[in-house]
Amino acid sequence: MAAYRNTPGFQRVLHAVKHVCFSKQRCGVIICRYSTVYDPNEKTFDKILIANRGEIACRVIKTCKKMGIKTVAVHSDVDSSAVHVKVADEAVCVGPAPTSKSYLNMDAIMNAIKQTGAQAVHPGYGFLSENKEFAKRLAAEGVTFIGPDTHAIQAMGDKIESKLIAKAAKVNTIPGFDGVVKDAEEAVKIAGEIGYPVMIKASAGGGGKGMRIAWNDEETREGFRFSSQEALSSFGDDRLLIEKFIDNPRHIEIQVLADKHGDALWLNERECSIQRRNQKVVEEAPSTFLDPDTRRAMGEQAVSLANAVKYSSAGTVEFLVDSKKNFYFLEMNTRLQVEHPITECITGLDLVQQMIRIAKGYKLQHKQSDIPINGWAVESRVYAEDPYKSFGLPSIGRLSQYQEPLDLPNVRVDSGIQEGSDISIYYDPMISKLVTYGKTREEALKKMEDALDNYVIRGVTHNIPLLREIIVHPRFVSGDISTKFLPEVYPDGFKGHMLTAGERRELLATAAALYVAAQLRSQKFLGDLRVSVVPAESRQWELCVELDKGVHMLGVSRSGNNYTVEIDGEKVEVSGEWNLASALLPITINGKHRTLQCLLRTAAGEISLQYLGTSFKLRVLSNLAASLSKHMPEKVPEDTSSILRSPMPGSVVAVSVKPGDNVAEGQEICVIEAMKMQNSMTAAKTAKVKSVHCKAGDTVGEGDLLVELE
Amino acid sequence: MWRGTLGPSEVVVGVLAQGRRWFGTVMSSDTARVHLSVQERIEKKRKAALTGGGQLRIAAQHKRGKLTARERLELLLDPDSFVEYDMFVEHRCSDFGMEADHNKYPGDSVVTGQGRINGRLVYVFSQDFTVFGGSLSGAHAQKVCKIMDQAMMVGAPVIGLNDSGGARIQEGVESLAGYADIFLRNVMASGVVPQISLIMGPCAGGAVYSPALTDFTFMVKDTSYLFITGPDVVKSVTNEDVTQEELGGAKTHTTVSGVAHRAFENDIDALLNLRDFFNFLPLSNKDPAPVTECHDPRDRLVPGLDTIVPLESTKAYDMLDIVHGIVDEREFFEIMPNYAKNIVVGFARMNGRTVGIVGNQPKVASGCLDINSSVKGARFVRFCDAFNIPIITFVDVPGFLPGTAQEYGGIIRHGAKLLYAFAEATVPKITVITRKAYGGAYDVMSSKHLRGDVNYAWPSAEVAVMGAKGAVQIIFRGKENQAEAEAEYVEKFANPFPAAVRGFVDDIIQPSTTRKRICRDLEVLASKKQTNPWKKHANIPL
Repeated sequence: MAAYRNTPGFQRVLHAVKHVCFSKQRCGVIICRYSTVYDPNEKTFDKILIANRGEIACRVIKTCKKMGIKTVAVHSDVDSSAVHVKVADEAVCVGPAPTSKSYLNMDAIMNAIKQTGAQAVHPGYGFLSENKEFAKRLAAEGVTFIGPDTHAIQAMGDKIESKLIAKAAKVNTIPGFDGVVKDAEEAVKIAGEIGYPVMIKASAGGGGKGMRIAWNDEETREGFRFSSQEALSSFGDDRLLIEKFIDNPRHIEIQVLADKHGDALWLNERECSIQRRNQKVVEEAPSTFLDPDTRRAMGEQAVSLANAVKYSSAGTVEFLVDSKKNFYFLEMNTRLQVEHPITECITGLDLVQQMIRIAKGYKLQHKQSDIPINGWAVESRVYAEDPYKSFGLPSIGRLSQYQEPLDLPNVRVDSGIQEGSDISIYYDPMISKLVTYGKTREEALKKMEDALDNYVIRGVTHNIPLLREIIVHPRFVSGDISTKFLPEVYPDGFKGHMLTAGERRELLATAAALYVAAQLRSQKFLGDLRVSVVPAESRQWELCVELDKGVHMLGVSRSGNNYTVEIDGEKVEVSGEWNLASALLPITINGKHRTLQCLLRTAAGEISLQYLGTSFKLRVLSNLAASLSKHMPEKVPEDTSSILRSPMPGSVVAVSVKPGDNVAEGQEICVIEAMKMQNSMTAAKTAKVKSVHCKAGDTVGEGDLLVELE
Repeated sequence: MWRGTLGPSEVVVGVLAQGRRWFGTVMSSDTARVHLSVQERIEKKRKAALTGGGQLRIAAQHKRGKLTARERLELLLDPDSFVEYDMFVEHRCSDFGMEADHNKYPGDSVVTGQGRINGRLVYVFSQDFTVFGGSLSGAHAQKVCKIMDQAMMVGAPVIGLNDSGGARIQEGVESLAGYADIFLRNVMASGVVPQISLIMGPCAGGAVYSPALTDFTFMVKDTSYLFITGPDVVKSVTNEDVTQEELGGAKTHTTVSGVAHRAFENDIDALLNLRDFFNFLPLSNKDPAPVTECHDPRDRLVPGLDTIVPLESTKAYDMLDIVHGIVDEREFFEIMPNYAKNIVVGFARMNGRTVGIVGNQPKVASGCLDINSSVKGARFVRFCDAFNIPIITFVDVPGFLPGTAQEYGGIIRHGAKLLYAFAEATVPKITVITRKAYGGAYDVMSSKHLRGDVNYAWPSAEVAVMGAKGAVQIIFRGKENQAEAEAEYVEKFANPFPAAVRGFVDDIIQPSTTRKRICRDLEVLASKKQTNPWKKHANIPL
């Protein structure tokens, strides 16, 4: 018997794999041209370490290459074959998978800097990007932090201090603003003073993490508990903030760029109102809502805040804007934002390049009057998550097929993954940022439709159905949006695209044509003389297609690549190349060009098509098979009302019941943490707990049984 | 039955008078004196044959969630392609009242003939449960034998749709003889034409051995059973309480016993899948593996494969991801997907050409070889070899599974089957070592030494007698610095070079190019000719 080898640290012969030419990587390919030049004589750094992973690490490396700067990637052990590692000149493993032991591990990262001799560190976003300790330690070692100085990070990183500074700098601030919270009862007291609704969030954190809204005392207590736990696990700092919650606002932010010589610019706004659970989903620049005066007023306040903290580098000042265009300072993010590409698209500036220049001490190259708004840019955040569950619960898996729509013009995809990559429970489930650009908003949105239709992602559940619906929704198209957009438009949750009668016919016709094309091909044997010549070519096909429990009788006739499908007396013409191996089905339906994706095609006639972003399950059968189907026994699906399954992969933080307990409907049963979000799992009915199949600390997969009720 | 020396018309009347179930009304001998032409008699018989056991029994069959014998054939075969044989055959039993005319059904309890699946010839029999519960009479067996004989003569596969209560007890030994006649033909046809059994109802007692002798046995979930003795006999003999489903249902046979190769949801699902499966198979051992039109580029790179093998040698990955990535259109017809899951076998296509895939599955029991996986793999390899289907083997095997259960169970004997199968196979054999190829299992898995035509290693390959830890414990027994020795061993052996410098692998290839390479090799090997020494038959260790 051969024993198993156990040498985890061993690095294998994989040189051929490791040094992949960057240009072939589908990571961070930038289509929109930057107007800024990469002046080889402007000396910045020889080597930069990127203290991050995924798409943002790739994004930074991309610019470094253009500037002739060597790059060092850091990675956890599970990321050792990640794209950012491959595209960097050097890579250092900084620890095991959990972020607290790798990407947040300052000691290991400091060692990596020493080991590689990097002169500067770009922190990306998240992780250590707004950590003043990290900036201090770098400064102590004489390594340049590509970002603002510690003072600005500290001042803006603290929600309370930042508002005081903002007020002093004559920046509009949110009313009802108050102080740090010690415990749940104090939270309730403060909330009462401000008046509901209030927002509770971590002092230290940016983005939507650790942020909850409470409408009453009970929710305040709950929000306090969750937010403080999340704050602790995400930022190592459990301080919280409670403030007046502005109902139905827009989230509009101003990109600023400031150098170390007291000059600052505002690079226009980004509209980031489309959010779910306070995390952005679709962003655009500019905003349809701002007039030039408001834009200038916001820009000037943003710059004055930057000046007030002697800000240098790229930063973002976030505002809430109410329906009357009153705007209130929300917070300042002292880092490169996720959604920075749309600003780059409309201004032509490479923000990473600017950050690196500024960090080296160069003066800004531009004046405020040089900053244009050229065209319109839209960004969709493509996530590995199930949009049918609370607008997106994380999903994991291996990208078995992955193809970015980069052959379309004016499309930029910032990603840090490729075909074969794993989306794991350890990190953010973002697959990529899909950016489209056009002369007008209409053009950019049309391009986004095409890009989403041509984006092939297989192996993980993704949110393209939701993104595709948002960008064509009449309210979004007309610009009538707020941060409440998703819950208002989909009050009962997102259900996918609702087909019109015409679309339904298109879908049925496509499935029927695809079925016939596949059937015809399965009769083609090359060089086999023993196949009888069947007159199938001339045949009229009578098919029965099932879609959403609706059954349709279709007649299909074919001539070459053109299929005429008759549905309920209406004729639909479908034509295309019918490459049955391709993930994409570019076809023409009644003269309209459409790109569908065939997700599944089985011998038993099941066909799944991604059409208008949403995947639809159909079943195509011959009339004969369909007529015999009525005799087939019904398979009884599992009764799910008394079973609680994990809606996503993650780890169990707490289990609050034991077998024999009586639980009320809505009572918390356990808490699952995934991607740093804690999710309270509640009982679907009032019942007695029959059995508990998980305990705190367990790792659970999607669909795993957690608790059974009687 | 009334017999006489009268003219033909009177004979007809006699038959019809007693065959009144077709008319539903009782005819007196007087009113029955109607002159009917032979043509009309033929039509009546045909009509009777088409309704099998009658509308009531058909309704009962449908109620069980099962289709009739003829409906099944209609779904399985191309439209209007079925040519029926022996529609007029009736059973010959004259005991226990079976000679009565109402007990005679034209065609008896099986429908036989030939037809086409996607234009390709196939011989079929479909047992008719509505006639005496599909039980096997001498006539029934004779019909089945007839199509099997012809299938072998012309060289076309045989598909049996089994739905039978068992032997026709009234016929006694005649029925048993019938089974044996079929068994003999199953054995004679084995390796000559592909034989497929689809179990669509009960199949019990001696009857089970016909499917067992065929190349593939598929089942329908919830409505089909295979067992030697039913739950009642089991209870009386061994006092075990067991349901039909537990004893011989689709789940049991596809997960526990390994008797069935795959199970499908219902009759329609099963028959449509069978059509799909049929397209992978050559018509006979004299025909090449079929090549279908392929839209998947033969030189397609598969970038995902470059990162699929984890850097840690002990970490699992899914061999199916590799298979799906490499084959045409990710289409893989897996055989026995739920049995001995530590080995993956099944059919796919490469540039349109059918290939058999064998792969160790690191996700299950580290992909080790044990008794069940060896037998599963061996049978599949032998089928491919018998029917000119090239074999592509993906190797990631840490060795044979140790333990008393395996040794007592005869892992030596069973493991030898896989070794034997690979060694004797003369079809094109391409092997890709993706990671571990340790010990004897390395030899077994279609190694160069067993006449592998093209053997590749990925950069992650480790070809060695055993893992570093075990090796070091033997080589440096009792010495200190085991860790250092282990590192040295890893440096020396845990890579593809030792095998490559000796020519035991032909090349070390970039994983993403694997598809391209294999498609090219298959083209070259299409004209491969290799024969084994003459022998009456080989003696595989059974």
